[in-house]
Amino acid sequence: MGLSKLFGTVLPHKAYKKLSISTVFINLAFVTIIFLVLNTLINTGILNRYYSTIIVLVLVAIVMSASLNIATGFLGQLVLGHAGFMAIGAYTAALIGIALYPVITDGFLFLSRNLLIFLISASGAALTASIAGLLVGTPALRLRGDYLGIMTLGFGEIVRIILTNVEFTGGAQGLKAIPRIMTFPIAFWTTATIVLVIYLFMFSRHGRAILSIREDEIASESVGINITKYKIMGFVLASMFGGIGGAIFAFQGGFLAPVSFGFIKSVEIFVIVVLGGMGSISGAIVAAIFLTFLPELLRDFDQYRLLLYSMMLILTMLFRPQGMMGTKEFDTPRYLRALKRFFLRKKKTDDLLKGSDQ
Amino acid sequence: MDIDLLIRQLINSLNTGSIYALVAIGYTMVYGIIRLINFAHGEIMMFGAYFAFVIATSLPVELPFFLIVIISMGLAALMGIFSEKIAYKKLRTAPRISALITAIGMSLFLQNFAQLLFGATPKVMPRFITAAPIMIGNTAVSMVTVYTIFMSIIIMVLLTLFVKKTKAGKAMRAVSQDKDAALLMGININRIISLTFAIGSALGALGGIFYSVAYSQVYPTLGVMPGLKAFIAAVFGGIGNIGGAVLGGYTIGFIETMTKGYISSKWADAIVFSVLILVLLFKPSGILGKNVKEKV
Repeated sequence: MGLSKLFGTVLPHKAYKKLSISTVFINLAFVTIIFLVLNTLINTGILNRYYSTIIVLVLVAIVMSASLNIATGFLGQLVLGHAGFMAIGAYTAALIGIALYPVITDGFLFLSRNLLIFLISASGAALTASIAGLLVGTPALRLRGDYLGIMTLGFGEIVRIILTNVEFTGGAQGLKAIPRIMTFPIAFWTTATIVLVIYLFMFSRHGRAILSIREDEIASESVGINITKYKIMGFVLASMFGGIGGAIFAFQGGFLAPVSFGFIKSVEIFVIVVLGGMGSISGAIVAAIFLTFLPELLRDFDQYRLLLYSMMLILTMLFRPQGMMGTKEFDTPRYLRALKRFFLRKKKTDDLLKGSDQ
Repeated sequence: MDIDLLIRQLINSLNTGSIYALVAIGYTMVYGIIRLINFAHGEIMMFGAYFAFVIATSLPVELPFFLIVIISMGLAALMGIFSEKIAYKKLRTAPRISALITAIGMSLFLQNFAQLLFGATPKVMPRFITAAPIMIGNTAVSMVTVYTIFMSIIIMVLLTLFVKKTKAGKAMRAVSQDKDAALLMGININRIISLTFAIGSALGALGGIFYSVAYSQVYPTLGVMPGLKAFIAAVFGGIGNIGGAVLGGYTIGFIETMTKGYISSKWADAIVFSVLILVLLFKPSGILGKNVKEKV
């Protein structure tokens, strides 16, 4: 079965002439190599617990920004409350995880205990977050631009206030004793799967419909694209993956507090998307890695972190509004070809130089 | 029902409402003229409070309250003008979302800049007005509250006169109606935009000073919540409309104080945000705003 059957026909895009299966597989191989390298480094203890924690946090940032990219980058809707969906996912997963941890004491078939618990809780998180996405997204269709941004901001704040004030989430003190079942492989492959799904979705017919809404809503409506359907679809997908990102986050730290899901968190995710390039998943990944590692490297300058973030945001908008990658995507085969060309050319010039010597 | 408590709550809501209205005017004026939600406005408000704090505590001579207020308002106005020149001017023709993101960036920048300058710990704001409270029935109303309410009302009246009667006010209205046509009529758009930012920021700073005196604290994130609520007020009344901002400010102040007083102080913010969402959903143009149809 070809990709086209699964995800609709694949048509040209700016960065890709065609999303061929070989491209997907070469990129997957690239991802696998990264996984093997990192996993070996963590298992041999070269990267200690501190670094493996940061790596999982980078993965969370990647999931959050890649998912927000669906709504903001591809659909072109300003969403300033993504941390709200993350919080809903995180708390759902944590509560399910706490309930399941004593019940499930063994793995099932090829699934390990941790993976099993994570899969069930993450599905729960995906469900509640997408329901929230549906509830916010459907009425929000009436709004556009800055108004939508304000509404989602209000939604994020309401989620935070509810989490602070109700009992079963632990209130302002936070939710404690969440089983810390997150391991690097689980986090890595969850992230990789989400990115792959978003990637394939965006290059499908549905993805292009969503892109066309960003480019011109009225024009795409007039060529028969069901705007309502696709806007809701984009919104729900974004919130669903955001919820799963929250689930990874919950099982990593073992502790959740409403304060960590405030407006600042939403803005941090938003900055990653803007900086990476609205509409580029690989841009979001690069920016997520960069912006999560940078403050860790500059630990001593922690008070400058948000100052730096905000300045980057302003400077990006003033001088490179399209972000680091624009709407382009990272493409391993293309870089391999470029590398090959580079070496061939070098060989040629070497030969020429040799020739001139004689 | 306890009548004294009701009077107390009504006066409180007038007090909060005045502050929200002052800040909301800044949002609405800037939006009216360059169609930008100036997220950094709450931070200008915070800086206004810090200016007053610094002037009051670090100068060797003790200045009268009015002078401190006027100097702080002037500094905040300069700050507003500069923020526009640095961050927003270049983006006037860019997509609106870019300018909005810049405004969010500006807001975060100013917040963290203040944290760097003054530290994250709250500072105690001096009690500028020490006159004895006046009594309304059995309720003591502090002079700060009286000043806040009356000064706000006076300033709002002056602003309305300025916008309606003076030449600069007329130019302002012209620019907000049609920028290009205003340019053709020989109006210096840059100057009018700067003037708008200056007035808005000065009023925001005044709101910030009253707010910090009322809670006797200044801290870097002071502007966030009142800023958001003032923005809600501006949207509520119909963004771009000065009268609407005042109406919205008092309404939001009323809703918030009454929720805190009679329902639950924990849920007050959630209720204000719900009001915002409901207003956005059912009348996005606000109570006094005009509906604008989109044309192809």
